[in-house]
Amino acid sequence: MSTFLDFEKPVAELEGKIKELRHSADGGDVNISDELGKLEAKVDQVLKQIYGKLSPWQKIQVARHPDRPHFSNYIETLFEDFVELCGDRAHGNDTALVGGIARFRGRSVFVIGHEKGSGTDGRVRHNFGMAHPEGYRKTTRLMNLANHYNLPVLTFVDTPGAYPGVEAEERGQSEAIARSIEASLRLEVPFVASIVGEGGSGGAVALATADRVLMLEHAVYSVISPEGCASILWRSAARAQDAADALKLTAEDLLALKVIDQVVDEPLGAAHRHPTTAIRALGDEIERTLLQLISEQSGSRRLRRREKFLAMGRA
Amino acid sequence: MLFHRDLEENQHICPSCDHHLRIGPNQRFAALFDEGRHTRIELPDVLVDPLKFRDQKRYTDRLRDSRAKTGEDEAVVVAHGTVDGQSAVIAVQNFAFMGGSMGLAAGEALIAAARLAVLQEAALIVFAAAGGARMQEGILSLMQMPRTTIAVELVREARLPYIVVLTDPTTGGVTASYAMLGDVSIAEPGALVGFAGPRVIEETIREQLPDGFQRAEFLLAHGMIDMVVHRHELRAKLSQILDLLMNTHRPAVATPRKEPVEDATAS
Repeated sequence: MSTFLDFEKPVAELEGKIKELRHSADGGDVNISDELGKLEAKVDQVLKQIYGKLSPWQKIQVARHPDRPHFSNYIETLFEDFVELCGDRAHGNDTALVGGIARFRGRSVFVIGHEKGSGTDGRVRHNFGMAHPEGYRKTTRLMNLANHYNLPVLTFVDTPGAYPGVEAEERGQSEAIARSIEASLRLEVPFVASIVGEGGSGGAVALATADRVLMLEHAVYSVISPEGCASILWRSAARAQDAADALKLTAEDLLALKVIDQVVDEPLGAAHRHPTTAIRALGDEIERTLLQLISEQSGSRRLRRREKFLAMGRA
Repeated sequence: MLFHRDLEENQHICPSCDHHLRIGPNQRFAALFDEGRHTRIELPDVLVDPLKFRDQKRYTDRLRDSRAKTGEDEAVVVAHGTVDGQSAVIAVQNFAFMGGSMGLAAGEALIAAARLAVLQEAALIVFAAAGGARMQEGILSLMQMPRTTIAVELVREARLPYIVVLTDPTTGGVTASYAMLGDVSIAEPGALVGFAGPRVIEETIREQLPDGFQRAEFLLAHGMIDMVVHRHELRAKLSQILDLLMNTHRPAVATPRKEPVEDATAS
């Protein structure tokens, strides 16, 4: 069962017709290929129209789409020999943030990402991609290991935000995030971050203080969710669409603000329609970026990363 | 009846209930620097309203209102001077200015404060107070988390003390960056300090939060800060910490040991 978003309704209708046509022709010798071809072309045309001019609010729906590829899908498609490393060595093992060592296109790397989980059980098990402090502390631990073994760090960002709960506060959510940013800034190894779904606030930047930040075409990255922003500034969560417009959270906006380095195109109809194509395309760009970073030999990578962030937002 | 003058003399602490009221940069500087003497530094200009942000009000109007209300240009003010004879740069985040929120200006202020501390070989003391990042600057305010963390790194690499005093309230992206990275972390009594605000947590878990949750004393009990210090004791405590960290040589006041070493070997 595929999930259709509100604005994908015309697509849902066309695909319904295609299904019906196939069903009615099943077993019979009626030639439907002409009609089918027409309908399929129409689907593409409608998708092109819809996805060519998504509003920021619609992008948020796409970024949160349940069928959008998750971290586990990136791991399966892009990495070999993934060895998960668990725990923060202090309290527990967070399941919303997953990380380990793996081979990426022939090269050993540390890979860390938010996992939102799939299906009701999966989503609950991974706490909807909202990490507790032990997740960020695990991230810090893995980054330090990457530095020690001189291996690159690749991250995949997809979180509504760090978890706002009692225990998370008791265990120092803010300190854990701050240390993860600090560890990112201390890396001497190449660090490429990819915003693949929702880049939710501090919980996202904890994994995105990178040499290069890539972002999928329909991903979003923001200081606060539009709902949260609307309820504070408009005093009504119903104004989330206005907040989404005002926050400038699309990949295109962020590229213009020079907060991200590259937008990676998604297949027609977004990553949830063609997950493998989307994942491979991002993989190619990560590889290209990584090779470029590796070829930069002179001076300290840490200092260059620092200069990059210091220059951000300056006139 | 509580008189303003009494409050001021008491560093804005309620004489009957000991509640620490929120105070701004001027009161901090007056209370901390020797004889209140200090020099404010001019802070870098930043992009104004980079997103052309407008909610129910224009961001530029909110800025103008805050400037009129506080008499300050922005939320973070930086000054240098001495605390008990020791060089210090003090940055104060002013909650009265748009909730102390961290945007481009606050980020640049903290970076400037860090650079000055390094240049003067002085300690950096930050008084944090903010609801979090400044939403009206969108992603650029989020980017102040890594940028202010870099400021902390600069001070740390110079092996100078970086001390944070968490004041009421400090939450959001501010705690998730420089405010929780102090080599020594102090909080004022009763200060609310956390990542998520209590309202957001209550809405998420749909439960009422226990008394004292996210207060300074709660943070101390959970190992998140080093100490809770009463505003009246703050200057003495900061001075003592700076003195010890910088290993300042002071004439010994303790009585010397009674028996000289050679006596001990002779017997």
